This record gives sequence, structure tokens and C-alpha cells, in this order.
Amino acid sequence: MNGSNLTAYNQSASRREISRQIGSRVLLIAMSLFYISPIYWMLVTALKSDHELSQFPPTLWPQDSVWKNFEQATKTFPFLSFLGNTVFYAAFVMAGSVLSNFLIAYGFSRIKWAGRDLLFYPVVASIFIFIQFPVNPITMVPMFSLFAKLGMVNSYLPLVVPTFFGNPFFIFLLRQFMLQIPADISEAARIDGANEFQIMYCLILPLARPALIVVALFAGVGAWNDFLGPLIYLHNDKLYTLSLGLTYFKTMHGIQFNLLMAASCLVVFPVIVVFLFFQRFFIEGVTLGGGK
Amino acid sequence: MTMKTRPQRRTQKSLRSLLLGLLFISPWIFGFCVFLVYPVVSNFHLGMTDYSGFGQPQWIGWGNYQELLRDPLFWTSLYNTFYYVVLAVPLGVAVAIVLALAMSQKVREVSVYRAFLYIPSIAPVFALSMMLIWILNPRFGLFNYILGLFHIPAINWLGDTRFSKLAIVLVAQFGAGQIALIFLAGLRAIPSSLYDAASLDGAGPWRKFWHVTLPLLTPTILYDIIIGIGLGLQVFVPAYIMTDGGPLNSTMFTALYIYKNAFEYGRVGFAAAVSGLLFLINATFAIIVFWSSRYWVNYHLE
Repeated sequence: MNGSNLTAYNQSASRREISRQIGSRVLLIAMSLFYISPIYWMLVTALKSDHELSQFPPTLWPQDSVWKNFEQATKTFPFLSFLGNTVFYAAFVMAGSVLSNFLIAYGFSRIKWAGRDLLFYPVVASIFIFIQFPVNPITMVPMFSLFAKLGMVNSYLPLVVPTFFGNPFFIFLLRQFMLQIPADISEAARIDGANEFQIMYCLILPLARPALIVVALFAGVGAWNDFLGPLIYLHNDKLYTLSLGLTYFKTMHGIQFNLLMAASCLVVFPVIVVFLFFQRFFIEGVTLGGGK
Repeated sequence: MTMKTRPQRRTQKSLRSLLLGLLFISPWIFGFCVFLVYPVVSNFHLGMTDYSGFGQPQWIGWGNYQELLRDPLFWTSLYNTFYYVVLAVPLGVAVAIVLALAMSQKVREVSVYRAFLYIPSIAPVFALSMMLIWILNPRFGLFNYILGLFHIPAINWLGDTRFSKLAIVLVAQFGAGQIALIFLAGLRAIPSSLYDAASLDGAGPWRKFWHVTLPLLTPTILYDIIIGIGLGLQVFVPAYIMTDGGPLNSTMFTALYIYKNAFEYGRVGFAAAVSGLLFLINATFAIIVFWSSRYWVNYHLE
């Protein structure tokens, strides 16, 4: 094969590569637009005037952006108070989840004891049936009765206390991660006379930090996005979360969609910002939790 | 002397690590018993009583079960729930695989597309559901407008019993980004040598997908199916927000039926009986799928 033939070959190969990439990009952009369309439409709708809202065909971009809708939306319900409640709820769930699941997963991965792997089966089994933990349709009726007997309904205790006792999905995720840390590290420290709590605190905790950040993020977003839990347990509008706040826009006279969407934006965008900041943790965390 | 103490010391050591291990996992043992085992057992106990949430539960034996077997709305809710699961689970697997294939394309800015495809799956479902009420609005909605561009007549998605369940199934597909990432990891674990070998045998992209990619993704498909069945049998928030079970109970899913009985009609004992049945159904499905996996899941790539 002489030189000019080779360049021709390379050229046609790279041309094929370019056209393949263009094809991929067209498809990817179309899919991305479709997937982001509800959130885009949320923002666009939030910025429309009442008049523009009732136009058909709908305008794909607001004619004059009514930023006042956001102000109006935050006056329709006690936004700051609900925001404070939601942040408080998420913070406690994050603390409880990180603390409890780290200890539990440590016991399931860093210490060898008889029956350890046998006892792990119920953890895995409960992931599959109690995916929404702790409040889910299967357990909510008896749990509500129990918390009612304890006088805890209409407080955050039924939502927060269970997160201090482990979540099977997080236990699984952290165990997977901590099993990858070589056992020799703990063994060497034991020979040097360190006790288990020193090993956990000084050695394993720093190494497990990325996985703990994943747990904190998922737990925090989970609490922020929780609807069923607050719906069942919080009956006083002083305690409401933002998720319940959105139901204020559904009135007898119908829904004012521009205001509802403005409020929805205020709920959704913090999640997106958190995701953009911690993108790597989210993406690696999902993969870690789903690994068999 | 030494002959005796060494095995003794070993059992002492293993006893110590057993106690230490149990100490570490003790929060889970407590949580498992109180937040999972207790409510599951209590569902069957409470399900045998007449209980309004106030006062003392009255023992009525199988009364609730007899009543719910006669209640057409119970059967409607089961039908709706199965309809949802049968449609949403396979569709969810297919959508997640398509997203994963998209996310694995070799273009430089792929991480941007990946973020776009993933973001709806962490957005709160209640907010997305609110959004979709508006997008699916029969008169002003974006979706009917787009369908109209293709000369498809307007559909009252959430107001027509023929489409309401379908609409909720479609809404759920916006959450596929989460599981797609797991499929993406599965795709990346497939060695390229397998594709090279398939190419040498003259396989095109389609046959490579069916005979190499798909069999090697079966462990993730199993995971997705079991999770999907659980989520489907317990679907609540989209129906509560978008339709409240309507129109004509066409989106009255079992979870919503439990909620309404327990928290709106004060029929706590009855709701517990339904919850107990839902648990049995969920566990049975999970076990059947898991058992069947030995016939179709490929674990060669471990």
C-alpha cells in the first residue's frame, strides 16, 4: 500500500467517524431535550402572565418574563417557614443516615464474625420490598398507629427517628465500598494495639468519606423530595414541608399554573444545583448501590 | 497447658468479634424489627380488627378480608396496579437500556447529555407530577400541541379512563436516568474483545446487541425488574397528585386505596388487611422473579 492510498483510507475512516459522531449527537440532543422538557416548561410557565398562559398554541418562550410570579408564589404559602422545615428535616435525615449506616455497614464489612453474611440476606431482601424507606404503603398503616400511640404524630419524630436505625439501601452501598478497602489495613492496626473504635474512626472513616458523601446526598435529596411521609405525619401548617406547600395552589377554583410552577421551580432548582455541584458523587453512588 | 489455652483463646477471640459485630449492627437489628417486621406482622393482626384509629380495635377475625373480597373497588385497585406494573416494568427496562446506550456514546461532551438524562430522576416526583398536569392539559397543554403538529387529535390524558393509567406510566419514565446509570456501568464492564469476536463472525450492530450486550446486562435487568415491581406495586404520589384516583377510579392504585381507607375514611383495620395482602403479593412476585433468574440471568461476567 503506497502513501497516498493510506492517507485516502485514513481520510475516509475519519470521515465515517465524523458522520457517526454527528448521528450520535443528533440523537443525544433530541433525547436530552425531551428529558429536560418538563423542567424547562416549568420555568417557562412560571414566567408567563395569566393572559399568556391561556394562549393556544402555547408560546415556547415567555413574551415578557413575569418575574413577579415568583414573589406572588412565595406569598401564596408561607414559603420561608416551609423552606426552613424542609432544610431542618433534610439535615436530620442526613445526620441520622450517615451515622447509623456507617456503623452498621462497618459491622457488616470490617469485622469478621460468625453469621455475618447470613444476617446480610435480610438486608438485601428488604431493599427489594421496602424501596421507599421508612414510609411506604406497606408499612404506613401500622407504623402510623404505633406513632399515634406514642403521641408522636404531628411531629418530625416519625420521619426522622427511623433514619437513625439504618436504611438497607445505604447499608448495602457502604458495605460494598468498605469491602474494597483491604483488610490488611485493619489487621495491621490491630496488631499495633488499636481497638476497633480507633480503627473505625482514624482509618476507615477517612477512607470511606466519598461513600459517606454519597449517602448524605441521597438521604438529603430523599428527604427534600419526600411527599408521602409529611402527608401522613404532619397535620399542622407550622410543620409543613415544601412538598406539602405545593398543594396550596390546588384550590376549589382550579390551579393557577404559573404560580404553581414558580413555586415548583423553587423546590426543584436547589436539587439541580446540588446535583451539579456533586455530580461525580451522584453518578458513582448510583453505580455502587446497584452493583450486585 | 499451652495445648489447652490456644483453642480456648481462639473461641474467646471469635466470641469477642461476634459481640463486637453485633454491637455495630445493633441499630439495624432494632430498625429491622421495629420498622419492618413489626408493621408487616401488625398488618395481619390489625387486619383482623375493626379499628377507626381512635379507641380500642375490635377483634372481628376474617371480617375485613370477607369485606374486601366483596368490594369491587378493591378489585379495581388491584387491576389498576397490575396494569401499571405489567406496562411500567418492561417499558422501564427498555427505556433505561436505551438511555444507557445513549450515555455510552463516544462523543466528547457526553457527560453533559448524561446530566440532562439523569436530572429528572432526582427531581421530586410531586413537582414533576404537578408539571405534567399542565403539560397534559387537554386544552392548553404542550403535549397535545406537539401531537397536533403530527395531526394526532387532542387527548384528555388525565380525564379519560382509557389514557389515565398510561399517562402515569409514561410520567414514571422520566425517572429512568437513575437505573440507566447502573446499566451504563454494566455496558462498560463488557470487554471489547467480545464485540471484536462478534464482528469477526460477521455480526452487525443489531445482532451484537441481542447476542452480546443484552445477555451480559441480564444481572442488571433482574435488579431493575425486582425494584420496578416493588415501586410499581407501591405507586402512590403521581396518582395522588395528578388524578386522586380518578377519573372513575381508573387510577385508584392499591397504595392509594390503602391511604384513603386509613387516613380519609378511618377504616384503619381494613386498610391494614389490604396492606398485608399487598406485602404478600410483592414478596411473591419478588421471589418468583428471583427464582426464575437462574434460567435467564447470565453471571459469566463476574
